[in-house]
Amino acid sequence: MLPIIFVMPILQLVILSNAATFEVKNIKFGYIDNDHTSTSRALIEKFKASTYFNVLTDFPSERLASSEMLNGKIDVVLEIPHYFERELQKEKHNSLGVTVNAIDGAAAGVENVYITQIIQRFNKNLKVDLLQVSDAQIQPVTIESIPLFWYNQTLNYKTFMVPGILVLLVTMITLFLSGMNIVREKEIGTLEQINVTPIKKSQFIIGKLFPFWVIGMGLLTVGLILARLIFNVPMVGSLALMYFYTSIYILVVLGIGLFISNFTDTQQQAMFISWFFVVIFILMSGLFTPIESMPKWAQIVTEFNPVKYFVEVMRMVMLKGSGFNDILPQLLKTALYAFIMNGLAVWSYKKIN
Amino acid sequence: MKNNKVIQVEGLTKMFGDFTAVNAITFEVDKGEIFGFLGANGAGKTTAMKMLIGISNPTSGKANVAGFDVFTHPEDIKKNIGYMSQKFALYDDLTVKENITFFGGIYGLSRKRIKEKSTVLIEELGLEEVANTLVGALPLGWKQKLSFSVALLHDPKIVFLDEPTGGVDPITRRQFWEMIYKAAHQGTTVFVTTHYMDEAEYCDRVSIMVNGKIEALDTPKKLKAQFKVDNMNDVFLKLARG
Repeated sequence: MLPIIFVMPILQLVILSNAATFEVKNIKFGYIDNDHTSTSRALIEKFKASTYFNVLTDFPSERLASSEMLNGKIDVVLEIPHYFERELQKEKHNSLGVTVNAIDGAAAGVENVYITQIIQRFNKNLKVDLLQVSDAQIQPVTIESIPLFWYNQTLNYKTFMVPGILVLLVTMITLFLSGMNIVREKEIGTLEQINVTPIKKSQFIIGKLFPFWVIGMGLLTVGLILARLIFNVPMVGSLALMYFYTSIYILVVLGIGLFISNFTDTQQQAMFISWFFVVIFILMSGLFTPIESMPKWAQIVTEFNPVKYFVEVMRMVMLKGSGFNDILPQLLKTALYAFIMNGLAVWSYKKIN
Repeated sequence: MKNNKVIQVEGLTKMFGDFTAVNAITFEVDKGEIFGFLGANGAGKTTAMKMLIGISNPTSGKANVAGFDVFTHPEDIKKNIGYMSQKFALYDDLTVKENITFFGGIYGLSRKRIKEKSTVLIEELGLEEVANTLVGALPLGWKQKLSFSVALLHDPKIVFLDEPTGGVDPITRRQFWEMIYKAAHQGTTVFVTTHYMDEAEYCDRVSIMVNGKIEALDTPKKLKAQFKVDNMNDVFLKLARG
């Protein structure tokens, strides 16, 4: 059992951190060039040069392009109108038709930004060319924004995801282990033998908590080492603080697990209930989708989600180097949560029924 | 509790919804007695026993076990009793020694005492060679003898045995009863349920439960005389068939 507990999360961390990315890449790009001039070809060359776009297909008609998009063969269609080059030189502006498959709204938005950027850059170059030919006095004033990306300068997606996935793994493993545990003893009958002994309820729960707590801390250690070695995720903040917070956080998860275990009669029931909570906790944790963009009621619900606090703290400490005072609100809420859940776990353990 | 009664039960009842599993049973058990608690499957033996060992709340009635009330002091009862369930309930994934150490620890025995006890116990049971083997790998008969010994680990006043010899071969059954006699001889009260009527003959006194009620309670000899039969099997059949 122990090798399974450790090997599976390690594999998950490696696989998920590489696969679960929101970066939009490999956009299937198609175009309809009605102009067939050097300008239109130069524009298409820009797209070819971009690493985000591939499978460039030239469509003879819009109808054909639409049907290909319907079939899911392409994501984006750029339509260059007739007389594009001539209009651009004469009118100094022109419009291009861009069609984006927006079934995945977020991806479509990103694709649109990429396309717009490429076209704008292309347009600016073009303007410079034009200026050289005509009057040099009309120097266009371009305001360029220089973005500064703090805490993750290279916008490396893995730097963002690895701490989050680590949180997910520590949570899942400890919740499932503790959730299955007491109910398993109910099933095999050993709990009855324990119930006829004079053991105190709190002693029993502490005895149950401790081994899983050790496993949880072990998982964190393995995960942090992997994050460092494989993904090169920095540990800007204090490692001790990370461990301190996690040691309290795991108690919350274990308390929930033991509470579930006490309330169920079979491992099957416990498994279903644990999954119910895991899915809600993870999807409402801010791990994959920002909490700020959730509806108001959902944001209130996330206040009761321990995973949310762990994700916040993990990212704050690892990537921003937050100190004790910065994470104090999360720490206090987590500690309170741990106290309540373990109180409930002790209370719900009934030696007599 | 100055008298010799270690179990006193009066009108003890357990209801599950509308169903009366145990219907106002009344009996007493003396110190050092081997008390046979018989009944057909579903007669309510296990339910009654669970109330006496403090893991099931009685619906009504009175019960005093080892000097403590089952309603108000179930945890004090637990310090003074041993229990062996009909389902093997030691940890299969611990070794013989680890199980003894674990349960000894729960009953608050000192490390030294646990060590002494486990050495003696393993020797008595002839388990020296498998002392470090996982309990799950042992044959059923050995497991049952081990559970019985673990139930006696903390020298309880009363030991409750729920069908201890179910599925066990005749030789092991014989050895098991020798262990029971030995324990009783040392002053431990033995409260035992069984389906084997030959075992009922070994008991000092026997009660027979039918549909939640105790229909007969006496020494095997008197019961046989009362029902005018020559073995316990026929006593049981007469009662259980109604």
